[in-house]
Amino acid sequence: MTNRLSDLFLAFMAKLTSKYSIYLILVAMLIICSILSPAFFSAKNLSNISRQISITTIISFGMTMLIIAGMIDLAAGSVMALAGILAVATYKATGSLLIAMLAGIVIGIGCNIISGFIVTRFKTPPFIATLAMMTSARGAALLYTNGQNIYQLDEFVVLGQGDIFGVPTPVIFMVIIAGLTWYLLNNTRFGRHLYAIGGNEEAARASGIKINQTKMTAYAISGAFVGLAGVLFMSRVNAGLPNAGIGFEFDAMTASIIGGTSFSGGVGTAMGTLVGAFIMGFLNNIMNLLGIQSYLQQIIKGGIIVIAVAYDIMSKNKKTASQLGNIEERGKEV
Amino acid sequence: MDSVPLLELRGIEKLFPGVKALSDMSFAVSKGSVHVLCGENGAGKSTLCKIINGIYQPDRGEILLNGQPVVIRDPLEARTHKIAMIFQELNFIPEFTVEQNLFLGNEPVNRFGKVDWKAIRTQTLALLEQEGLPYKPDTQLKDLSVSDIQMLEIIKAISYQASILIMDEPTSAISTKEVEVLFSKIAQLKSQGVGIIYISHKMDEIFRIADEISVLRDGRLIATKPARDLDIETVIKLMVGRKMESAFPEKHGQPIGPISLDVKNLCQGRAFHDISFNLRQGEIVGFAGLMGAGRTEVVRALFGLDPIVSGTVSIKGKAVAIKKVQDSIKHGMVMVSEDRKRYGIIPVRDVKENISLSSLEKVRNFFGIDHRKERQRDSEISTRLNVRTPSLETLISSLSGGNQQKIVIAKWLLRTPEILLLDEPTRGIDVGAKFEIYTLITELAKEGKAVLMISSEMEELIGVCDRIYVMSKGRISGELARKDFSQENIMKLALIG
Repeated sequence: MTNRLSDLFLAFMAKLTSKYSIYLILVAMLIICSILSPAFFSAKNLSNISRQISITTIISFGMTMLIIAGMIDLAAGSVMALAGILAVATYKATGSLLIAMLAGIVIGIGCNIISGFIVTRFKTPPFIATLAMMTSARGAALLYTNGQNIYQLDEFVVLGQGDIFGVPTPVIFMVIIAGLTWYLLNNTRFGRHLYAIGGNEEAARASGIKINQTKMTAYAISGAFVGLAGVLFMSRVNAGLPNAGIGFEFDAMTASIIGGTSFSGGVGTAMGTLVGAFIMGFLNNIMNLLGIQSYLQQIIKGGIIVIAVAYDIMSKNKKTASQLGNIEERGKEV
Repeated sequence: MDSVPLLELRGIEKLFPGVKALSDMSFAVSKGSVHVLCGENGAGKSTLCKIINGIYQPDRGEILLNGQPVVIRDPLEARTHKIAMIFQELNFIPEFTVEQNLFLGNEPVNRFGKVDWKAIRTQTLALLEQEGLPYKPDTQLKDLSVSDIQMLEIIKAISYQASILIMDEPTSAISTKEVEVLFSKIAQLKSQGVGIIYISHKMDEIFRIADEISVLRDGRLIATKPARDLDIETVIKLMVGRKMESAFPEKHGQPIGPISLDVKNLCQGRAFHDISFNLRQGEIVGFAGLMGAGRTEVVRALFGLDPIVSGTVSIKGKAVAIKKVQDSIKHGMVMVSEDRKRYGIIPVRDVKENISLSSLEKVRNFFGIDHRKERQRDSEISTRLNVRTPSLETLISSLSGGNQQKIVIAKWLLRTPEILLLDEPTRGIDVGAKFEIYTLITELAKEGKAVLMISSEMEELIGVCDRIYVMSKGRISGELARKDFSQENIMKLALIG
């Protein structure tokens, strides 16, 4: 009898920790950070954190979709810079915020369609195709600006620095993109196909899924997110910086991974990525508030990534085992 | 002393979170004998073998080797105890050569830690020579067939000079001829005093080689008896815990309609040539032949997975061009692959997503996928196919092979296909689930669908089909009507050429 109870308890804990673990960690962090520093839990600080993470998080959502499908985008940071620069240039030429923003998004889509084409047409590993794009897009951004920053953006700054009802505009964009990603992954065939391709590409093909078309679409959508991120970034810093966004792709990947996206493909959620981004945001913020030296901060962040991923893999193994158990139990009833 | 068994397990118990995989398992293997383990999938056979091989640790009970209690912490330690295991899933590295794979993890090194390739070459040549296998030591494994690799895996295990050899379904991927080679090998090992634990679903094999048979069910040992005291029916009864009515569903002489699929002079380079056959509505047509006869290649090409070089395919009298999988699906022709893991399932996703994968457009509303409609539809089809799963949200990879196969079939049935190409639909599935698959196939034919079924089990084709084509060396070597069905007739045609 005690055996049975402990089994049930184990199963309950396994479910709690595996399915909702990421939310539990987020809540735990909120509590611990609030205790560690009185400055942490204030509307102003939380709003600041949201603003800080918003741009890389927008990139994260595209990255999550690509990783789910078993792909990757190393060029996100470079393409973001190129898209941002050209959006700034468009704004200076036309004076229209809307056209500038659209220009940035179109550039992002264009670059990623090229990456996607190389991946699907020549069967190049996404790592290599986007590595090439990373170099080229950065080169293009530097070439266009001649390596110089662009200043005096006037009204352009409202996109990145403004707020609506007290909520920073980039955060509003982040929430919209989060919702869009959630919708795409949960409610569309495209989303299901991404999971299938990442989970087992050959089975997906044998199920009649259009592999190349789906991959191209994923690159195009993530390109749009990257382009939007570029516009918001340049607006926020009030300049067109051709050297912006170096390493952003890795911050984006970090949020995805912490949020439970699996690099083996086929697993990941929009909510997970959002929570992963906030966890990293809280961590950065509390370390700053506590005055931890910045080099040390990097070491700690690295450690956290390892722990998160190791924990995730361990709890997944447990989950599979307990589900196996359920089935054998069922077998006995039949 | 003969009374001390080579290997003995006493009261072994293994818990996985939430379930007992094995309880109170006691079991012994004597020197120079073959002990067969039978049981449905999930009965605990593989868990038991993994405990003997040190992959899992038992939670209770002890393992005795020659009467001495031992603890086997990992497979390497099992190897030092002269225990070797041949896995159901092949373990090999495709890019490596024959010799590299044979000595993987066991490479002889010189004083400076450099791998002694010369010694490996000599030993490999000796081993290949001794076993009469025609491969070169420097062939990459990706250039060998599955059955060749299976044979290599077997001689690899033998090369450890094991005194206990565990074989987990070693014949699931090899041809009849190679089965004979394997069995003579087993006889030879027996005479050398090796104790063999043999897991298999194939009843005819079991009774050919077994000295003792143990039947497992739900993690418990149901019975251990000398093979001569048992027969097939009793073993099946013990395995499923109920009496099987018959191995195949009754055929009610469903009406056979007009030609549904007509294939003429299909060719694909070296794999097959000049393949002409037809399928009629309501008909189950078998494809028999040895491993490598080209049967799988034909259905893969028909389904659009591989290119067709020449020939015509007509569906319901209209010539169709099949260049990719979507073309085939569009014309109502679907395939269930022999390699379920590779072409059938998305292992990391749940039952529902796997069922819905190819027919999402049928449960769409204005906002995208209608989750309620999808759930309802998927739960209906899984009930109809008797899929045993805790819920629709269970990961498909945690289900048994039979249930996975039903899900793959369910996926296609939701598209209401006209033609089903089934490649080894019952491979790696336990007896109970096999019967369910046969019943399903028969029902589908009754609904007027045309079914093509490839199988390496002749009894299965004879039991289920209306007509059988036999392939040999990439050609159709004959066609048998139901009245001419017999294993001898099929074998004769399969060996032609």
